[in-house]
Amino acid sequence: MKPKVAFFDFAGCEGDQLQIANLEEDILALLSQVEVVSFREVMKEHSDNYDIAFIEGSCTRLQDEDRLKQIRKNAKIVVAIGSCATIGGINSLKNYKDIDDVKKTVYGENAKLFDTYSARPIDAVIPVDAYVHGCPMTKEEFLSVVKSLLLGKKPEIPNYPVCVECKKNENVCAFERGQVCVGPVTRAGCNSCCVNEGTICWGCRGLIDNPNENSEKEVLIKNGLTVDDAISKFRLYYGWQERRK
Amino acid sequence: MTNKNLDINVHYVTRVEGHGNIHVNVKDGVIEKCEWAIPEAPRFFEAMVVGRQYTELHHITSRICGICSIGHTLASLKATEAAMGIKISEQDLKLRKIALHAENLQSHILHLGFLVLPDLLGVGSVFPLASSNPNEVKTVLRLHRHANVMSHLLCGRTTHPQRLIPGGFSKIPSMRELVALRQVLKDSVPDLLAVAELIKTLAPKLPDFTRETEFIGLTSPDEYALYDGALGSTDTGTVPVNDYLSYTNEYIVPISTAKRAKHNRASYMVGALARFNLNYDKLSPMAKQTAEMFGLKPVCHNPFMNNIAQLVEVVHSVEDSIKLIDELESAGLKKQPEYNLPSDKVKAGRGVGAVEVPRGILFHDYTYNNKGTCTQANCIIPTNQNHGNIELDMQTLLPQILDKSEKEIELALEMLVRAYDPCISCSTHYVKVHFK
Repeated sequence: MKPKVAFFDFAGCEGDQLQIANLEEDILALLSQVEVVSFREVMKEHSDNYDIAFIEGSCTRLQDEDRLKQIRKNAKIVVAIGSCATIGGINSLKNYKDIDDVKKTVYGENAKLFDTYSARPIDAVIPVDAYVHGCPMTKEEFLSVVKSLLLGKKPEIPNYPVCVECKKNENVCAFERGQVCVGPVTRAGCNSCCVNEGTICWGCRGLIDNPNENSEKEVLIKNGLTVDDAISKFRLYYGWQERRK
Repeated sequence: MTNKNLDINVHYVTRVEGHGNIHVNVKDGVIEKCEWAIPEAPRFFEAMVVGRQYTELHHITSRICGICSIGHTLASLKATEAAMGIKISEQDLKLRKIALHAENLQSHILHLGFLVLPDLLGVGSVFPLASSNPNEVKTVLRLHRHANVMSHLLCGRTTHPQRLIPGGFSKIPSMRELVALRQVLKDSVPDLLAVAELIKTLAPKLPDFTRETEFIGLTSPDEYALYDGALGSTDTGTVPVNDYLSYTNEYIVPISTAKRAKHNRASYMVGALARFNLNYDKLSPMAKQTAEMFGLKPVCHNPFMNNIAQLVEVVHSVEDSIKLIDELESAGLKKQPEYNLPSDKVKAGRGVGAVEVPRGILFHDYTYNNKGTCTQANCIIPTNQNHGNIELDMQTLLPQILDKSEKEIELALEMLVRAYDPCISCSTHYVKVHFK
């Protein structure tokens, strides 16, 4: 019997589920291996009987925790997909601000009608078995994680910095171009895609397990940059990870 | 029908982007409630960008929506560039227009092929169609893939672009790549015609429903306005984009985490049908022919025809992209430095950027201090502007279909919501039907 899979989303942009649509013809191959039983974005049918749950988005409200706990109960394997789900992602920018101010900025005097708390990754609420990092996740990494899970293996996720891939791609280092980059402490696996396109690493895949912060500081000082410059960039995606440390 | 009782509760309407609920209660044939509610978790982007640098805003606000990330990036860049007086080159302008067409194609094809087609073929999703209608599904997948190839070429990625930055591009495609893209677009015409023919055979299943409303979108004397233009209304004419607040008039309703908007009437509509109604004359020749296939003429007040307007726009985007590449070729593509960083000119000020994205007109409005730090932001998303119009359409449609079965009513209301192609995580931001 084909394993049953389900997709769920919380606070996020649905850009990771879009990557499933972007598999194009490979969707047909994937469908030959799994049975999709719930995927609100593309199907009307829904079932709570599934083996693997893929979850996109951060948890940003107390009321959403119950839904997550129910998914955990139903699924044998829970996979977090995309930065919002794996590390808290861009949503955690608001974690540095006073929540009441944030609500007032957007909803004015009606702020109390709307509930929110610090954005957090899925594993801050329920145990997660596998991660597909990235903002958005890449379809290649998604397929690779799915293959591992179907074969009963633990998916391999790089635990070295983006710089390793970036050097292999022969990019000119962003620091040498006078820009601040968080590649030295960010988990690889993206093939340094943003630097390849002429920009910097923004940190969307989260911190590696043992980031060498002193070495990052040295690079900053050597290039005439301050720790504040770097901290500001770290805060784009690392809002929850920084707090947890 | 006088004693009908209905209690339909579609909690999370499916095959739309984000979470929305329809609540409908009918007691003894009297409609007691007919509501469109948005319970999606709000994300507070306008607060999150305060304190961030002008070089980061497009990166952050792109994350408002995965499907229209190119549009958000462009609206964001236009607001930043307007605030700081940054001008972009004619070449970059053309490349940005092609990027916007790429997103329009990707999003419209996804909506028509994956989200609408199952309703017209009477199934719950595109998945069973993979075995029952393999050729049609493969055609849709092929068109979708081409649109993504196009996004990737212009933006460096298909979702959350990288190459688009303040003042221009960090990296641009080569002329050779653009010429190859032009060929892919030309070769996709037979697929487009096949999809148009398929939808034509199914179009009679779209309800014949009309409710007069106001349509708002960009409009321009020079082109079918998508990237640039003035703010137009089918009721009141045009105003400069900077006066957008006089059109959007946002308000909050307790049943919804997404704000709503109104202008000349109780609600207005944005999106492909609004653009079609405002700018029909500027459509490309093949796009006009496609509209004729369906008898679609401006001003059309049937929201279900938004699907057909999307199809017309797909054809227009293909033809106009071919034209833009021709123009780039004859002007000669100018090279730019590697890791291009066109602008470091920081200036205090406020700027508004408006762009037509797949679901309608999008506004970003930023204020910066003299260090280039954002001090205030406002983003008005197309789907937010449509929520009020969706609910009024539901309230007009429901009494006309009360004699149908509960299942048919539920489907008709869901199809209505889907016709708007709502993007709810964008507008906060969701669909649920609740009949009683």
